[in-house]
Amino acid sequence: MEDIKKTVLEYVIEEYLEDEDEELTYDTPLISGGIVDSFSMVSLKRFLESKYKISIPDDKATPEAFDSVDKIYELVKEFVKA
Amino acid sequence: MSNIGSYEKRVKDFNWSISEKELGYKEGDVLNIGWYCSDRICQMGKANKPALIWEGLGEKKSSYTFNDVRLASNTIGAFLKKIGVKNEDRVCLFLDKIPELYLGFIGILKIGAIAQPLFSAFGDESLHVRLENAETTVIITQRKHVAKVRKIKDKLPHLKHTIIVDHDGKKPLREGEMIFSLKEETPVEELEIFPTKAESPSVLHYTSGTTGQPKGVKHVHYSLIGQYLTTKWVLDLKDNDIYWCTADPGWVTGTSYGIIGPWSLGVTQCVLDTGFSAEAWYKFMEKHKVTVWYSAPTAIRSLMKAGDEVITKYDLSPLRHLASVGEPLNSEAVIWSKKVFGKHFLDTYWQTETGAIMLTNFPGMKVKPGSMGKPFPGITATVLDPKSFEPVGEPGKIGLIAFKPGWPSMMRTYWNNEDTFKAKFVNDWYLSGDRASIDKEGYYWFVGRDDDVINTGGHLVSPFEVESALLEHEAVAESAVVAKPDEVNMEVVKAFVVIKPGFEPSEELELKIMNFIRKKLSPLAMPQETEYVDSLPKTRSGKIMRRLLHAKEWGEEIGDTSTLEDEE
Repeated sequence: MEDIKKTVLEYVIEEYLEDEDEELTYDTPLISGGIVDSFSMVSLKRFLESKYKISIPDDKATPEAFDSVDKIYELVKEFVKA
Repeated sequence: MSNIGSYEKRVKDFNWSISEKELGYKEGDVLNIGWYCSDRICQMGKANKPALIWEGLGEKKSSYTFNDVRLASNTIGAFLKKIGVKNEDRVCLFLDKIPELYLGFIGILKIGAIAQPLFSAFGDESLHVRLENAETTVIITQRKHVAKVRKIKDKLPHLKHTIIVDHDGKKPLREGEMIFSLKEETPVEELEIFPTKAESPSVLHYTSGTTGQPKGVKHVHYSLIGQYLTTKWVLDLKDNDIYWCTADPGWVTGTSYGIIGPWSLGVTQCVLDTGFSAEAWYKFMEKHKVTVWYSAPTAIRSLMKAGDEVITKYDLSPLRHLASVGEPLNSEAVIWSKKVFGKHFLDTYWQTETGAIMLTNFPGMKVKPGSMGKPFPGITATVLDPKSFEPVGEPGKIGLIAFKPGWPSMMRTYWNNEDTFKAKFVNDWYLSGDRASIDKEGYYWFVGRDDDVINTGGHLVSPFEVESALLEHEAVAESAVVAKPDEVNMEVVKAFVVIKPGFEPSEELELKIMNFIRKKLSPLAMPQETEYVDSLPKTRSGKIMRRLLHAKEWGEEIGDTSTLEDEE
């Protein structure tokens, strides 16, 4: 499960981080921090669903649930378990 | 009492000279928006009044008085002059909503150059076509966005300087790049304001159409006359208000009503430069005691989704006036705002091309939830029959929204594209490209676009631009892009894609295509859904019939396809 965190962090750095000097950690705010905007959140959700073979319902895919790698991990964990 | 008072009386007695007189402008005078928004306000005795209260990521905050705005814009203007910027040169602001964006905008105008603000989430291709078309000479940006500029710089022979406002000196600069730090520059007390006149160009905003590349909408300094009065009468700004316009100045609302409107009135405004979060927004409004709030339907619907309970945690009692712009505000959102904020969000309608509010719900006017309201005094509006281009003249009948040209903030042309500009006028009416009906009481009701342009979250996306970019993806042989209904953004981009031999349709490929467009154009243009198809519906001459695909997405009647196949 810990791999999920690492994989998501690496993916966010690779795909969304514009400032190469900016440090991204597991609790860095992604949505409220302006790193991932609400439109781009759709592609991040798609990545998670494809990677972990899960389906995240729209009512669970909120800006709050996607606001850090830690929070994304909690969300993904819920569905991977199920 | 609202600033407009009686709408009917204002319509009856209206003349744009009301605005000219209040601004102390007479025909033939020097008219410089930068001066009006800073120096003039200081001369009116408001030098020490807060002009900008800014908050950013990581608890960063700063505030600027009108005198600070005057000095900072002088300093930026002087720097630009020093590096050779002349009047009418295009200077691009490619910045997040940081103070330098607002101050730089004023500084550029003060020296008579043309401000070209661009949305900082644009990818390198979107940036390239806009800088190339405008033959931009200087771009002002941040460290985090400079990689996109570097990627395209060699293809832009007119671009002489890249100014980085937050460079920490750690990494080397490349040719043509320079550092500008407002904090480290000596403030310039006196700057010679360039004597721009009413018709001198001021701002260049880019907008998307169905075909061709984005169009640069040229505005002039006289637009101030419209922006000042619409801000005063529609947004109802008063001297003691704390105003929050949530729009990004990369788009026209962010300049017309996020800089020029409030500052020409000497009103304090707040800016929050973080991503969206309902809690953060309410907290920000509570903290700064925001009284007037101008936002967008997408944001309002996102707040609705976040629920009513979160609102009860914050004291938003100072809020006295709410308005919305970008796409039609659905009646549910209007009713919801009355329930939770005690005030209706009043819908306003206008476009990049109109420069200022054209149709609107006014303070004190009877609210009809879902309606766009009535024309601003001095604006002659109608809906035209799409075939005869004559006013439909019948309540409830749908036609094309059109305006009689001549209002002060109307665009003067599309940059390097006079033919397209001329095509916007028929029978001496400006055609908006939107459809509506007018009811018996004169209220306008939005129906939809009259073309294939996608309105997503209040921003226009050109299907042509997305289709062109998709063709650059290695797996895409052909594509068609249409709007798909969306609960929050009204519309989102959907792509129908024919893939090349050797590639297999898959979720992974869809994600790759999404990210490709997101980075190349912008997150707004990213297809939120991709459907793989074997072929696309076309006319006999090979033109893709987006209309069929659009109808399918919206559950509309497709009609007689044999006739459509003959369409050109």
